[in-house]
Amino acid sequence: MGKHIVIIGNGISGITCAKHLRKLSRNQITVISSESDHFFSRTALMYIYMGHMKFEHTKPYEDDFWKKNRIDLVKNFVEKVDTNKKLLLFPDGSSLHYDTLVLATGSKSNKFGWPGQDLKGVQGLYNLQDLEQMEENTKNISRAVIVGGGLIGIEMAEMLRSRDIPVTLLVREKNFWGNILPVEEAKMINRHIREHHIELQLDTELKEIKGDSTGRVHSIITGKGEEIKCEFVGLTVGVSPNIDFLKNSGIETKRGILVNEYFETNVPCVYAIGDCAEFNVPPEGRKLIEQVWYTGRMHGETLAKTICGEHSAYSPGHWFNSAKFFDIEYQTYGWVGNTLKENEAAFYWEHPNGKISFRVIYDKITEHLIGINVFGIRMRHEVFDQWLSDGRRIDYVIEHLREANFNPEFYRKHEPKIIEKYNQQLGKILKLKNREFTNKIFK
Amino acid sequence: MENNESISISNPNPLETDAIQKIGLILFSVGLLLFLIAAFGGGSQNSILFFSLSIGLSVAGSLIYILRKYLNETAGVKNNHNWHSSLTSRGIFAWMLGVIITGFYIVLYWFPSLLENLIRMMDPLSKLLRGKTSDQWLLYGTLYTIAILVMGIKAILKYRHSNYQIIRTLSIMFFQFGFAYLIPALLQLFNQPEFYFSYFWPLKYDYLFPSTVNYLIQQPGGLGVFMVFWGGIMTFIATPVLTYFYGKRWYCSWVCGCGGLANTAGDPFRQLSDKSLKAWKIERWMIHSVLVFIVVTTSLLWLNSYYHGEILGSLSGTFSKTYGFLIGAVFSGVIGVGFYPLMGTRVWCRFGCPMAAILGIQQRFFSRFRITTNGGQCISCGNCSTYCEMGIDVKWYAQRGQNIVRASCVGCGMCSTVCPRGVLNLENGPLKGRINDNPILIGNKEAKLNL
Repeated sequence: MGKHIVIIGNGISGITCAKHLRKLSRNQITVISSESDHFFSRTALMYIYMGHMKFEHTKPYEDDFWKKNRIDLVKNFVEKVDTNKKLLLFPDGSSLHYDTLVLATGSKSNKFGWPGQDLKGVQGLYNLQDLEQMEENTKNISRAVIVGGGLIGIEMAEMLRSRDIPVTLLVREKNFWGNILPVEEAKMINRHIREHHIELQLDTELKEIKGDSTGRVHSIITGKGEEIKCEFVGLTVGVSPNIDFLKNSGIETKRGILVNEYFETNVPCVYAIGDCAEFNVPPEGRKLIEQVWYTGRMHGETLAKTICGEHSAYSPGHWFNSAKFFDIEYQTYGWVGNTLKENEAAFYWEHPNGKISFRVIYDKITEHLIGINVFGIRMRHEVFDQWLSDGRRIDYVIEHLREANFNPEFYRKHEPKIIEKYNQQLGKILKLKNREFTNKIFK
Repeated sequence: MENNESISISNPNPLETDAIQKIGLILFSVGLLLFLIAAFGGGSQNSILFFSLSIGLSVAGSLIYILRKYLNETAGVKNNHNWHSSLTSRGIFAWMLGVIITGFYIVLYWFPSLLENLIRMMDPLSKLLRGKTSDQWLLYGTLYTIAILVMGIKAILKYRHSNYQIIRTLSIMFFQFGFAYLIPALLQLFNQPEFYFSYFWPLKYDYLFPSTVNYLIQQPGGLGVFMVFWGGIMTFIATPVLTYFYGKRWYCSWVCGCGGLANTAGDPFRQLSDKSLKAWKIERWMIHSVLVFIVVTTSLLWLNSYYHGEILGSLSGTFSKTYGFLIGAVFSGVIGVGFYPLMGTRVWCRFGCPMAAILGIQQRFFSRFRITTNGGQCISCGNCSTYCEMGIDVKWYAQRGQNIVRASCVGCGMCSTVCPRGVLNLENGPLKGRINDNPILIGNKEAKLNL
């Protein structure tokens, strides 16, 4: 049977860890969650609200998968962790013993102490309960205000618009997601947001939320002093580690649970992964806290190896991410910041329709590829991962763009226009090469 | 708030219908009403008028409604409220519609006399196209083709952000209207045998039955011989070659009328297919049993014809009658379409069609077609599986970085279309490496474990 490994949290980090642990070992594995009976895809919550899917469709595995794989699921809330006795304590007074503990408790929505932030109708969107609450809170309302110009904010806007609810979106930055996106792309999304009949207020902060006599929100006041009547306020100003239950447990925390590159906390046999973990020293180029689906998955993969005896440091490969802003898909490979670093140069192409773009960042001196941003074109992960590893030069990337194209058949090809602009701008005479790489990998 | 001034109180339910859409709905309803009146004999004095008004108004009304609805929205995935609306989520309206369509098929196959008034209404059209009076099949074929054409336009508008979906839908509409409607009718006009150049054995099972072959060969003028030749070439040469290069999609979702109806009129119901492992097991047993059934039936018929009925007696005839009733009528017709609103659109294609079975076996083992998974980008959202009409749990593959090579995949491309992260792509390429059973997700430098 081996030891008893208990994982708190059944999100992508905890579940990936559990699955890999099962694959690598015969240990007893228990996953505890107070959120849902089974693992579901958090990123798909919006589609439930919009009616694209039901909750059951967002579960990546059939319900009997867990039994088949001998992963015990417990629906309960861990109130306290006793690291001396290796016990988890539940609200009903019961407890559970562990040999190894994995904390994968995810995040909670940020609230920055605004007046009125706890009124009825004011909420964030992170977990299943938030979605249920949003279903209640948005019934028969005449306007919603969303605070925060990031990924969850725009998802929430899309959700509300699917039900014809007028939306005002307050964004602190000068452009949507302006702390991540370069200005051209951010402006593209600004336009697209407005195309979807959302009142986008840039450079605007929330000052106060006002309620009516029943304790429900009835308006907000912006930093510019404007009052907007609304019955719903979405607070989507980021998330932070969900670690309140660890107070006085002896497990060291800062914003998140402090871990080293092995995801080890200061307490032996206790690990933390995913959104709730904070690195003492982050891997090169990475953030202290990684709050992305893909990184959560990688944390889980890595930790499972360590627990099973193969001490493995977290060593993520090239950065990648993706999102969708209403109708516009976004992918990024490598590093693209909102402004250029000293050693960086950029090439940017945008389709005349203002919904498709391609940006490549490269080193000014060595001309090596640093990263790309694409909107409205699908690109091959494998190809860019390889190009980044191989340290390909910008010219090579532009010439071989066809190999990276992952758009469906019959889609209009943009590579000729991209290379045309590149040649014009840099005074070069490059020619597009035919697809070779894809043939190579299929061989 | 320049855009939303007019909306004072928002509608918690799907987008409001505006005046133009309401006009469309009115026209459609009046057309439908006239059709019903005609069914009860109300239009018998004036069949041309009733025919043109009932069909014309319902087509015009639907088109007005559809154009207004989709052109009002930006191009992109439009699956909002599928699981909120009764019709598309097995609610009350879905059950009612299921019963109505199923009932219509039962009447059509076994009690066509009940449709006599409608059939007579089609006489002018039938005489124009075929040079003879109408029967229930012309009525059915006309309605079927109209459904594909009108709802095809809807599908094109709904998926207009995808050139793959636009071109594929145009192809379906072309083959249905030209090859499955107009040409067979005109052949009859010119005293030739009614023949469907877009259907082959074993889907059109009797095309390789000795009786059909003998009948065609005996036709004067040589066209019948060409038809036999065409059927043989398509079944035994073109089908394997095209399936090798493009997968079974070249037929199932580009040519075939069954797939055509599923991907146009049936599109609102595609999410209802069962994705469970259990359904997959049932599917494999059923579809391959049907294939064995038709192969045995066809062989027996030929044996019987070779021995002039001496050995087998009436056995082969019994087989072919049983197949015709159980599979040809009950399964492909009544259940295949009647159960759209309850079990999704491809019940027949998935569980019954012997043609799909053969193409599927080849696609699984000897074809360049696969759906490629894009590295580590999958977020397990579930849209691909939900909208797979063939009930393939696409995300199971995608989330582990594996290509999808499945016998049942008809290559409609919807998984790729609805994927919010650009993970899935229908591709043709060399056989080697097509099936990657032990994929490694891109992301971790050190992770070399497949799950």
